[in-house]
Amino acid sequence: MEQDKPNRECLLDKTPQATLGKPLSRSEGLAKVTGTAPYAAEYPIADCLEGVLVTAPFARGTIDSIDKDTCLAMEGVVAVIDDERLTSRPAQGTAGEAPVQKPRQIDYFGQPFALVVAETFEQARHAAKHLEFTFTADDLSQVSFDPEGTESERQEETRQGDLAHAMAEAKHAVDARITTAGHASAAMEPHAAIAEWDGSNLTVHASLQMLNYNISEIADSLGMEEDNIRLISRYVGGGFGSKLGISQECLAASLAAMTLEKPVRVVLSRQQVFQNIMRRSETTQRLRLAAGADGALNGFGHEGLVSNLPKESFAEPILQSSQFLYSGENRLLGLDVARVHRMTAGSVRAPGEAVGMPALEVAMDMLAEETGVDPVELRLRNIPDAHPVEGTPFSSHKLAECLKQAADSFGWEAGPRKPRQRREGEWWIGTGMASAARVHNISKAKARVTLKPDGTALVETDMTDIGTGTYTILGQLAGEMLGLPREKVLVELGDTRFPRGSGSGGSWGASSVGSAVYVACQGLRRELASRAGVNEDDVSLKDGRIANGPSLVDLLDGKDLSEEGFYEPGDIDDDFVAAGFGAYFAQVRVNRFTGETRVDRMTGAFGFGRVLNQKTARSQCQGGMVWSIGVALTEALHFDPQDGHLVNCDLAEYHVPVNRDVPELDVIMVEERDPAASPIQAKGIGELGMCGGAAAIANAIYNASGARVMDFPMTPDRVLAAMP
Amino acid sequence: MPITINDTPHELPDDPRVSLLDFLRHHAGLTGTKKGCDHGQCGACTVLVNGMRINSCLSLAVMHDGDSVTTIEGLGTPDAPSALQKAFVEHDGYQCGYCTPGQICSATAMMQEIANGWPSDASDDLEGPIKPSADEIRERMSGNLCRCGAYANIVAAIAEVAAEDAQ
Ligand code: FES
Ligand code: FES
Repeated sequence: MEQDKPNRECLLDKTPQATLGKPLSRSEGLAKVTGTAPYAAEYPIADCLEGVLVTAPFARGTIDSIDKDTCLAMEGVVAVIDDERLTSRPAQGTAGEAPVQKPRQIDYFGQPFALVVAETFEQARHAAKHLEFTFTADDLSQVSFDPEGTESERQEETRQGDLAHAMAEAKHAVDARITTAGHASAAMEPHAAIAEWDGSNLTVHASLQMLNYNISEIADSLGMEEDNIRLISRYVGGGFGSKLGISQECLAASLAAMTLEKPVRVVLSRQQVFQNIMRRSETTQRLRLAAGADGALNGFGHEGLVSNLPKESFAEPILQSSQFLYSGENRLLGLDVARVHRMTAGSVRAPGEAVGMPALEVAMDMLAEETGVDPVELRLRNIPDAHPVEGTPFSSHKLAECLKQAADSFGWEAGPRKPRQRREGEWWIGTGMASAARVHNISKAKARVTLKPDGTALVETDMTDIGTGTYTILGQLAGEMLGLPREKVLVELGDTRFPRGSGSGGSWGASSVGSAVYVACQGLRRELASRAGVNEDDVSLKDGRIANGPSLVDLLDGKDLSEEGFYEPGDIDDDFVAAGFGAYFAQVRVNRFTGETRVDRMTGAFGFGRVLNQKTARSQCQGGMVWSIGVALTEALHFDPQDGHLVNCDLAEYHVPVNRDVPELDVIMVEERDPAASPIQAKGIGELGMCGGAAAIANAIYNASGARVMDFPMTPDRVLAAMP
Repeated sequence: MPITINDTPHELPDDPRVSLLDFLRHHAGLTGTKKGCDHGQCGACTVLVNGMRINSCLSLAVMHDGDSVTTIEGLGTPDAPSALQKAFVEHDGYQCGYCTPGQICSATAMMQEIANGWPSDASDDLEGPIKPSADEIRERMSGNLCRCGAYANIVAAIAEVAAEDAQ
């Protein structure tokens, strides 16, 4: 089905099974907590060889020669693979084609160019470390590392009216320069692949988010047909964007297996994950807000500079939600990209809003102070009725409700605010808030649903569950549509033998593939109705029977009944702006002597359409809020300005939040149905939790201590320096 | 003497470079123990050695002659999960599940450390019994990273089991 208009009458509000939305525990839970769920590197495959990648110790130049013979003479070494088809960069999300493949041409420090294969991991690691090669490194003075000092190109621009004039005439104006550091996804499972080759067919157990695109990327990289490739990713140990496209280990394992005709496993070391996999670009942003006495915006400017490698099309889309979040007649939004030789920049959880929204929301806090309007009230006053430039209506808009509900739950004291009002011992204490917004994405997807003669159902799609709850929610959806309790629905994912799903990324998985399951079940319901001789609209399914009618087992009469559902977003995109909205409130304490910040408590309210499972949805929101803490306080990639290498390429030096950094998190899921977002009226949720949350913490730091830090993360040194 | 893993004896590897973690995953076929960093920075590889939690990536297998190792597989199975394993499912103390075996092994040993009265940075004083408060749990579980950000639920799961134990 193609969606061209809103689905206002959704069957899911009428079905009697009442399993959808319930806070059920994950169906794969026991496998995960007992260590029996197999991740990519963990399939027991006999006589599997081990491969370790060799990486370049310089940022730009060429590998001239590799001394294979000496390496092959080392204990256990079987091969040195330096095939021209090795990929040198990861594929961008939804690329569906080969990424850059020139392994010997080095574009960033730590780029892999060869794979050493040995009988054991220890042998391969040792030999890879001692592989001899010659190279020509470009003169460092000719290589750009710093986006600020490099020429940039404008990637996109929106202009309306005259922002400069509005700023000059405004009663209140804020002109702020805010920077955010680069980030790493740092999924806990390192990128891994085991490849097997039987002479004509390639099977790869990999840790990937979007098998439907990844299979094309592998096929294109190898010059093979997709029909001869099978990808399996039943469990993925976190993705956060880093596993959207294939990365270097996939092709390395595949080429080694094809060359040696033996299975080969390649697992990136944690350092290699940091050095090779997508980073989130650092950003420098300029926010300009022009307002009248009441805080109503008349001018809105958001410009930014981000970076990427030459030839990469991706540019951290920091303006996405700024396009429509707040009103303002006179607008200027622009994004510039500088070409630098750091590893590929790409999607890291909530690309764009993760860093664009915090900058905007700090500027809004400054405007609140400037105008003397309460920060919550300021946002409420600036919610537009429609897209401020295009005039398109919103499909559904929950920002106001989220702001009010979260403020209430948090105990926000409305009114003009002053910093440095509360102190306990060494600690300044304060509160802050911010809005959340994330564009809604959706994609075409397929899923097959089969009713089995015993009255159970099977859902199959190559969609993945990366911790998002896909296994569970698809079971609940099919159960709701077919009148079956969740435990009667088996969900099989992560195998390209199944129909192509949407993949997990851009928060679109649940609404896209969920809609495919919905469509498949509609087909099954039609068939069941006709078999039972009842009108399709009257059919009511519960606990394995048609109400006042036959059981599914009887209707199936010993045979499978199967339906493939296909969902495709139509041109409804042009008619509505669809987005998830929310609000965050935080209380922090800031140490007056050290500048250390601790988050005491945090509340988030989010509107993301239909809630498919209250338990897993809440966890997604919490996860996003934890990332907000990381963006606000600790996470930053640090590059050496001399030779461009990533200095903090491990989990000891790249600081993700730990348990003690995270307080109790209060999550409010605001009831919403968004008929234009998807047939099941659901939107994305995996990213919304971190689209602005860092600003609630930043604004609380200011309210607590008077330190208005303009650079994320707000590490103690920066807070201390900014304290009055 | 061999090494005992989940009550089963195993021969130690010939190659002294094999870490305890790789020995468990590759030689003993116990892949429930995870490798997140291989450098003692994430806690995904946490196992119990003679009842105490360690990062198995920071230890060589050959150093464990005669030791008794318990991995996540030894704590419970899908048919007979431990109280903590059940609580993690109930409280959604995980998402992708990759850090989870390490969290649960770590929590199992940590509750014993609290029972032993070993203080932490979050303890009110160095002597006397310690209550498994949320802050104690957060502090003591901070060596186990969870990038999915399931911390609040991990604390809730552990707190529930600690409260049951106290009864
Ligand atoms: S794998 Fe051992 S601490 Fe990370
Ligand atoms: S559950 Fe994914 S890292 Fe903890």
